Amino acid sequence: MSTASERDAVSLTGSKPTLSPELIVQVAEVAPARDLTYQEAVREALREAMVRDPAVFVMGEDIGKHGGAFGVTRTLFDQFGPDRIINTPISENTIVGAGTGAALVGMRPVMEIMFVDFSGLAMDQICTQAAKLRLMTGGQVKVPWVLRMPQGGGAGKSIAAQHSQSLEVWFAHIPGLKVVLPSTPYDAKGLLTAAIQDDNPVIFLEQKFLYSFRGAVPEGEYSLPLGVCDIKRSGRDVTVIASGLMVWYAMLAAKILAPEGIDVEVVDVQTISPLDRATIGRSARKTGRVVVVAEACKSYGPTGEWAISAMEEAFEYLRAPIVRVTGRDTPIPFADSIEKGVWPETEDIVAAIRSTMAW
Amino acid sequence: MYRRMVRIREFETAASDLFRRGAVKGTVHPYIGQEASGVGVCLALRQDDLIAGTHRSHGHNIAKGADPAKMMAEILGRETGYCKGRGGSMHIAAFETGSLGALAVVGSGIPLAVGAGLAFKLRHEDRVAVPFTGEGGTNTGNWHESVNMAAIWSLPVVFVLENNHYAVSTKVDDVIKIKDLSERARAYGIPGVCVDGFDVVAVYEAAVEAVARARRGEGPTLLVTECYRLEGHYAGEPEVYRTRDEVKEQWKREPLARFRADATGAGWLANADLDAIDVEVKQEIAAAVEFAKNSPAPDPATAMDYIYA
Repeated sequence: MSTASERDAVSLTGSKPTLSPELIVQVAEVAPARDLTYQEAVREALREAMVRDPAVFVMGEDIGKHGGAFGVTRTLFDQFGPDRIINTPISENTIVGAGTGAALVGMRPVMEIMFVDFSGLAMDQICTQAAKLRLMTGGQVKVPWVLRMPQGGGAGKSIAAQHSQSLEVWFAHIPGLKVVLPSTPYDAKGLLTAAIQDDNPVIFLEQKFLYSFRGAVPEGEYSLPLGVCDIKRSGRDVTVIASGLMVWYAMLAAKILAPEGIDVEVVDVQTISPLDRATIGRSARKTGRVVVVAEACKSYGPTGEWAISAMEEAFEYLRAPIVRVTGRDTPIPFADSIEKGVWPETEDIVAAIRSTMAW
Repeated sequence: MYRRMVRIREFETAASDLFRRGAVKGTVHPYIGQEASGVGVCLALRQDDLIAGTHRSHGHNIAKGADPAKMMAEILGRETGYCKGRGGSMHIAAFETGSLGALAVVGSGIPLAVGAGLAFKLRHEDRVAVPFTGEGGTNTGNWHESVNMAAIWSLPVVFVLENNHYAVSTKVDDVIKIKDLSERARAYGIPGVCVDGFDVVAVYEAAVEAVARARRGEGPTLLVTECYRLEGHYAGEPEVYRTRDEVKEQWKREPLARFRADATGAGWLANADLDAIDVEVKQEIAAAVEFAKNSPAPDPATAMDYIYA
């Protein structure tokens, strides 16, 4: 019997362009007219939401003329002006708290914190205030805001320990928040649109290395459901559960292993919280083998939650122990030679899949 | 004015009694001694102006017009409370009478008022947002970030700083170098006003001016009300950090007696009028306690309600 979320996930896969390994290889090649980068897709979602809904405004540091640290809001200031693209002082906690206050009186603020690493300055407003207001007021209010934060690393970024972390579990541990981490331009636009329309505080994490990745993105507003995993590749033999950049690596691993007759299913956990355990369970029951992959640190990281969810949902179907592929438990070092070694690579995923297939 | 102050006093007295007798779980932070501050400010506001509260906000809610029965039900953890028993004493927030929430981490409610003020300004509404905090809260980053942000954008916010002289056990002199806290306004380029927080009329007059300024679009004001926390940090707290004599001395200035003396002295009201208000409010609070006690507790099956909208 399939649940609603399973049906959604399946139909979603059927109705959207599939992320193919070829796309990854051909990133630099000339794209079709409606190919956008992940960064452009985020910007388009913001632009279309602001055109449609006067309650939507954007607030953050250096997001005006400068366009933000990663250029996401570039051109929006010229289009919407300083009342809707609001440059703030360096006051992360009050940026978020003010967003909450505005949301309480009917606005739909989208805040940007320059790097997720700086969210530590705003954790009180995010986790202790916004996330709890609805419950502790007995449902008198809702807090419809989005907090966009770039996170993670990627080959050759070299921005060291305080600008490279993957912190989705900080927020996923707090009931009342939703946490989203899209892997493709298509998902980035659709999920951000959904996040802006959602009536809850949504943490929207953007993997920095993905900003330049291209993919097909439809024109006009569309939203993808929050709270469901997306099957990026359907397969028979082993389930790889991943999110963000790791989805692309998992797709590459699947491509590498296909000639050997190993058919990999890739489950993209694009909403980290609330977690769609039904889709994880369905896939694990189908393949009987599970590999979990995240850029975040191993200890108490997202892979632990995904692995135990697979076990809870599919224990009697599992034919091999679940294998983890994760970032190492260290602050991110600067030098390229050692930075490389702390994040999972495609070959780590390939090795993990082979090990689980060997059982 | 007097009625609201008495309502706060009686409510806090009843809530503290219930807490000491074990009928109220958790904690109760009484507002006794600061009634003139909350009432003076809130009477200067319209119903659609908003206040952001703290862990000590029973008084702010009552001052803004909240129903003591629904408040008492909240404190007793009943489904009929403002927050359906999900918030309790520290989080009572009557949104129907213009609250932005009561946030019990010191300083954390202040940015919410900045955001509400920002929304009012963006939508060209002439409403005002008022965050309450104590002198303890002005040492948080929230306060400084918020005052600065409201100042640079000329937001319709009146920052009310109730100097009750103690942050739990820590005396104001030990943690703030300046004597007149309204001087802090100067650093942010906004007006700062300091008034006698025992004198409800003085607070009201200062608040009217600050609120009018905000409504005219001229930006925020820092309004310091010099108060004193006559009860412990929470009801029944041992208060080892101050002498009984010090507290006794401050009781001589308490705001209800102060108003009585002023009102009868100036001939605004007779003692009999004020006595009648006392009696009526006592009955009202007794009825509120009865209402709360007779209300149902939340159904355990609803424990997971209200997490997401």
